[in-house]
Amino acid sequence: MADPVLRLEGVSKSFAALRAVQDVSLSLAPGEIHALIGPNGAGKSTLMALVSGALAPDAGRIVFRGQDVTRLSVAQRARMGLGRSFQVSSLIPEYSARRNVMLALQARQGHSWRFFHPVSRDRSLMDPAREILRRVGLSGRASVPSAELSHGERRLLEIALALALQPAAFLLDEPMAGMGTEGTRQLTGFLDGLRAEAPILLVEHDMDAVFALADRISVLAGGRVIASGTVAEIRADADVRRAYLGEEEGA
Amino acid sequence: MVEKRREWTLNAVLAIALFAVPLAALWLDEPFYITLATRVAILALAGVGLNIALGLGGMVSFGHAAYFGIGGYVAGILAHHAFSGQPLFLGLSGSNQMLVIWAVAMAISALAALVIGALSLRTSGIFFIMITLAFAQMIFYFALSWPAYGGEDGLPIFLRNQFPGLNTMRGWEMFVLSYAVLMLALALFAMLRGARFGAALMAIRQNPARAAAVGISPFGIKLTAFVISGMITGLAGAMMAELTRFVSPAMMTWQMSGELIVIIILGGVGRLFGPVAGAGILVAFEVLFGGLTEHWQFFLGLVLLGVVLFARGGLIGLLAGRERHG
Ligand SMILES: Nc1ncnc2c1ncn2[C@@H]1O[C@H](COP(=O)(O)OP(=O)(O)OP(=O)(O)O)[C@@H](O)[C@H]1O
Ligand SMILES: [Mg+2]
Repeated sequence: MADPVLRLEGVSKSFAALRAVQDVSLSLAPGEIHALIGPNGAGKSTLMALVSGALAPDAGRIVFRGQDVTRLSVAQRARMGLGRSFQVSSLIPEYSARRNVMLALQARQGHSWRFFHPVSRDRSLMDPAREILRRVGLSGRASVPSAELSHGERRLLEIALALALQPAAFLLDEPMAGMGTEGTRQLTGFLDGLRAEAPILLVEHDMDAVFALADRISVLAGGRVIASGTVAEIRADADVRRAYLGEEEGA
Repeated sequence: MVEKRREWTLNAVLAIALFAVPLAALWLDEPFYITLATRVAILALAGVGLNIALGLGGMVSFGHAAYFGIGGYVAGILAHHAFSGQPLFLGLSGSNQMLVIWAVAMAISALAALVIGALSLRTSGIFFIMITLAFAQMIFYFALSWPAYGGEDGLPIFLRNQFPGLNTMRGWEMFVLSYAVLMLALALFAMLRGARFGAALMAIRQNPARAAAVGISPFGIKLTAFVISGMITGLAGAMMAELTRFVSPAMMTWQMSGELIVIIILGGVGRLFGPVAGAGILVAFEVLFGGLTEHWQFFLGLVLLGVVLFARGGLIGLLAGRERHG
């Protein structure tokens, strides 16, 4: 197997007495979708925050594109090519969908230090923004402030922002949350194609989507990886069933 | 965009009104109103500075009087040495050229904002408010206890400093100069806001976690905005010193910092002409009610309360609606 794009080595994080993530090691290989599943409160979002840099681990190492990024800030990791979406949509509320994408593009291009040239006439932002919004199906909503978009549209804009970074890895935290059956089906198809651009570390509760998309699945419960394997292996695993029945491991 | 057109119309009305009032006063030979309009222009200029930090960047500085005062003292001290002929230090002499004075005022207030910003921007919310206030108070007490330049009595500027091609002792010409500088500052504000820098700055204000997640480090952007902000307010301080021909620690009080915030809130936080509208309202209140009662600020407080409770966008927001970023 090719060198992983992203590797976690023994990563742990506690909130006071609560061990949210304990000694987690996992990797993300080029071209794959690695799904992270587990019951509510298992530590999935905490793990995503550790990878993105929003939280610093108490122990362990995070290696991204061959470089130890454990001490780097969120912005530094994003500029290295980590494209993240949030479990609860986190957008620039007063900016239109287009402006949100343009912000990601300008960051991607590496300079916000332009003081005079208006962004509204910047073709190097406007053109790719239009293309990205088209890809996620938001063309008709480009000039609507993100605060006024519907829930589903906001989820799509989250994906668009990650896309705009042309990342080396996607970190998607429950992209399907609240999308409805049709929305979930479409997004599943979209993510399926996306893995060709960059591998995806995918947190998702929708098991149909996970089983359809994942090349590998890791199951988190009580902050620990209790199982890891292919779709078939995870489906057969007794521990996984137990975790989903709510019998907490080690708590 | 109806709102956008309406805001431009409103801005044009404000710009024309601010010019027309002193022009009429010039005709009718009422110099008091020319001075008043100059005061509005200079306070608005100080407000444009604060509006970059507070309006675009969401940095509630409760210490912008520090830069206002620093600009004022630079004007006062340079003029003082030019007048007396004594060298300043290291053999440098004073100056009675506004352009020189403004450059120095902007440089020193930018430097102060750089130091204060670098130390304060690690905090946010109420801590940021408090720490900027604390720094301003330090500078205020320093000016108060510095006998070389008047201490608490302040320092007069006997002759207004000079500007090429103008007779700055004439009220009208001083007004035109202040008005022109205000318009330049507004143009700068509009450009910054529309450029990548402004896009990043306003995004950081609205959602710093998202800005970071797309790769924008907040600290450098905010600090740069804070420095530009302090620099413009410093320039306004130097011009206010010219207008009143006097500087004193009063320019640096926390009340002055509060007044600058009030200007922004009354006019409309983050709006281009917010500071112009706000400064106009503030000075109008001072004149209309200041003559009637000592407690005019009480009425101003009532209006402020009304704005905060019922018209969050200030006057501009009330008349032109919410701001849009297409
Ligand atoms: N900032 C925090 N401070 C304290 N406790 C936290 C914090 N963030 C998360 N937790 C706790 O850590 C545990 C793991 O939370 P996390 O959000 O990672 O779970 P999750 O697997 O994403 O759950 P869900 O499926 O509901 O999104 C939970 O018990 C949560 O309450
Ligand atoms: Mg979660």
